Parts: sequence; C-alpha cells; structure tokens
Amino acid sequence: MNAPSADKGMAFLPMAKKVPTGAGEFKLPSIDQSFVQGTVATSVGTVPQVGTELTRQDKHEHYLVRWNIGRDHFTVEPGLYAVGRPDAGSLVLVGANYKMSFDLLRQALAGRDCWLLILNTKGINVWCAAGKGTFGTEELLDRLQASRLDAIVSHRQLIVPQLGAPGLAAHEVKKYSGFRVTYGPISLKDLPEFLDNGLQATPGMRRKTFPLRERIVLIPVELMQGLKQGIPLMLFFLLIGGLAGRGHFAGAALIHGLPPALAVLIGIISGTVLTPLFLPRLPGRAFSCKGAIAGFSLFVLFFAATSSLTHGYSYLEQVSWLLLTLAVSSWLGMAFTGASTFTSLNGVKKEMLRAMPLQFFSLVAGILSWAIALRMY
Amino acid sequence: MERFRYFEDVVSLEFDKDKCIGCGLCAIVCPHGVFALTRDHKAQMTARNQCMECGACMRNCPALAITVEAGEGCVRGVINELLGIEGPCC
Repeated sequence: MNAPSADKGMAFLPMAKKVPTGAGEFKLPSIDQSFVQGTVATSVGTVPQVGTELTRQDKHEHYLVRWNIGRDHFTVEPGLYAVGRPDAGSLVLVGANYKMSFDLLRQALAGRDCWLLILNTKGINVWCAAGKGTFGTEELLDRLQASRLDAIVSHRQLIVPQLGAPGLAAHEVKKYSGFRVTYGPISLKDLPEFLDNGLQATPGMRRKTFPLRERIVLIPVELMQGLKQGIPLMLFFLLIGGLAGRGHFAGAALIHGLPPALAVLIGIISGTVLTPLFLPRLPGRAFSCKGAIAGFSLFVLFFAATSSLTHGYSYLEQVSWLLLTLAVSSWLGMAFTGASTFTSLNGVKKEMLRAMPLQFFSLVAGILSWAIALRMY
Repeated sequence: MERFRYFEDVVSLEFDKDKCIGCGLCAIVCPHGVFALTRDHKAQMTARNQCMECGACMRNCPALAITVEAGEGCVRGVINELLGIEGPCC
C-alpha cells in the first residue's frame, strides 16, 4: 500500500492476490475464551456468545497494554461471535481482533442482540490494521466465507467502522460477497446512538479529533518506547563519565555522567509526555519543533531549579547538555506523528528530511562538546 | 479539529471530477472532512490540506477518481521503507 504502482486501482482488487491456504474454510471461534459467557446455536454450528461487561481482569490487561506490556500478543480468536440472543435478522458488526478493540466493542453493545464478525488483524486496532491492509477486503471476504454468515443471517448488510475504510473497499465487498457495507461511526462512544438512529451518523461522528484524553492514554506507550531508546544513551554517559572523569568511578559518574544522563531523560519526558499533553499549545506545525520547544522549556526549568548544583560546570559542558535534550526531545516529538490522528505520510517524510540532520547534528555536537569538556576538566 | 493542522501543500491527494459518479462515499469515509458533495452531485475537495493520506477515499471510490500516495505517517515506518526492510510500524 506504500508504493504507488502503475496499475493503480487494480493492485488492491481482492481476487488479484493468491488466496492464502485455509482461507474460507469453515471455522467458528473457540468457546474456551475468558469473555465467552454462553453459546448461540445456529444452522451452521455453535457460535460463542460474549459478555458486554468488562471484568477486573479485562481492565487490568488494558492497563498493562497501555504501558506497552504484552501489547504484541493481546488478541482474541477471529471469527463470528454473538452478543445477546441474535437471530437471522440481527445486525452484523465487523471488528478487529486486538483484544482492547474487541472488549470496547462488546462493551458498547450492552443490552443488544447482534453478531460480531472479528477479522484477523494480528492484534492490531482497526485503524492501524486498515492502514496496513490486514483489516481489509480480502480478510473480510475470507472471514465471511469461513463463518458461513450468508447461512446465518437473512439480510446482506455489514456495519464496518469508518476507520476501517482505508483497508476496505465497500464496492468490492458487495461485488464479491453480496454484502453491503455501511460505515459506522469513528468512535465507539457514538455507536449506540448510531444504532438507535437507524444507522445514521451525524457529521461529528465522522470526524477524527484528537482530544486531551485520547492523547493522555497514548503517553505511557510513548514513554516506554522513549526510555527503551534513551536508557542506553544515559548509561553511556554514566559509564564514560565514571571512567574518564577524575577520581573514583562513582564520584566521577555522578559529577560528569549524571547531568548529561538527566539531559537525555528531560528530552525523553519532553518528547513523550509534554509533547502529547500540550500538542495544540506548542508552537510550530512540525512535531520535531514542538518536541524541541518542550525540551528547551523543561531543560531551562530543571536546571534553573537546580542551579546551585551546576554553577561549577563550564559553559561548554552546560551547552552540551542542552544539545542532548534538544536532540532527544525533537526526535521523540517527531515520533509522536505516528500516533497522531492528522499527520500525513508525505508531511512526515518532509519533516524527517529537514529535522533529522539537525537532530543528528545536535546529538553528535552534544556528545563531542561533553567529551571535550571532560578532557579539559 | 481546526486547532490541529499539519503542513500545507504536501499531500499527494488528487481528484478527477470528470470520473466522479457522485456516490458520496469519499465524503463518508474521510475522517477529516476533505470531501463534500456539491449541488451538481459531484464530490469536491473542500479541505485538501486536512488530508492525512490514509487512503480511505481512494480505496472506496468505485469510479477510481481519487489517487493518493496512502500510508501511515509513522517515523519508524518511513525509516524502514528508506532502508528497504520489512519492519513493524506501530
């Protein structure tokens, strides 16, 4: 989906690709899953029925996943599920097999009778999976076939989340399966109203915003990923500072290694916590710029508050810390484009081409000036 | 959403009005309201700079009237692409 091919338009026709082995073979999901509460008998087999209330265990898992723990394997079995006591006339809602998405979907359907057709997105949410094409026409057609949905329901309509549209062509689904795709709202919080209004979405339901609470829940994962990149750099400064500085290792590491390590930490916090938090308030359109400004601000605040401890250091050394903070905060601020809801691929490419040389220069200059200051000490 | 704006004039979105059959699906699937239906029952790009190149409109246009270099605006994904490796994005 990244490279525009010459035969645009034909490239994504579902039947143009080789059908994977096992695709379309009859298969219903296992009833041996934590959220399955019962079964619904159908003409083709026993469909697992799921609860609509999240347990403490579910919520605990969500909490861990928000901190990037176990996020790669947080899946449910793809296939057909029942909510309530659906029959041949009940609506079919399509979703992803990322358990977070699945849990929030079934929670939004409390008190209703409907079918859930869960696609195998390999544990990725609907929007990201649609971007990769795993939430897509081909997988939907396979899953329809594997679930024998045409024998279970008498109508030919599927409710697909709007954010699944980048991976899925409604007219192709219709052409190859006979099922008509109706795009539901972007947010699950609007789903009950959408269903109650006869499947009509208000204009507001069709717009993706990026409010504070949505940015806040992204912070832990961003922070964990930032720390993963930044901690080796922090250890580098502590180690080299301890080895190359005068006196005992611990004392030298504290005097020469700790400040640059803290500067890196300030950069990480600025890029992964402050940038998401204050995104609309930070000046500039480039996220690298927002990150750098957040980094500069926190750096000044922190080292002003601790100025009594830093007055013995040379200007060169202090400048080296600032360069490190700017490099890290700008880089991680820019990385937040991947989680944001309004940045484009070509925009990000343009930003990267301009910002990455500066970030690289800032990092190298920061390390070099720190090393020179260390030698002069 | 007006508070959030990325760069102007960088997106690759192109729309051929002559091919448009006026089904209106582009206006439905776009998460940023880039398209609107006009009175002559054709789509129109009303907010091109809001486009995030997700590709939903192109994929759902039965008349192939829309082209966009679609992809995820993800730093790691772009680096992987530049290095020519198949890697995870997000």
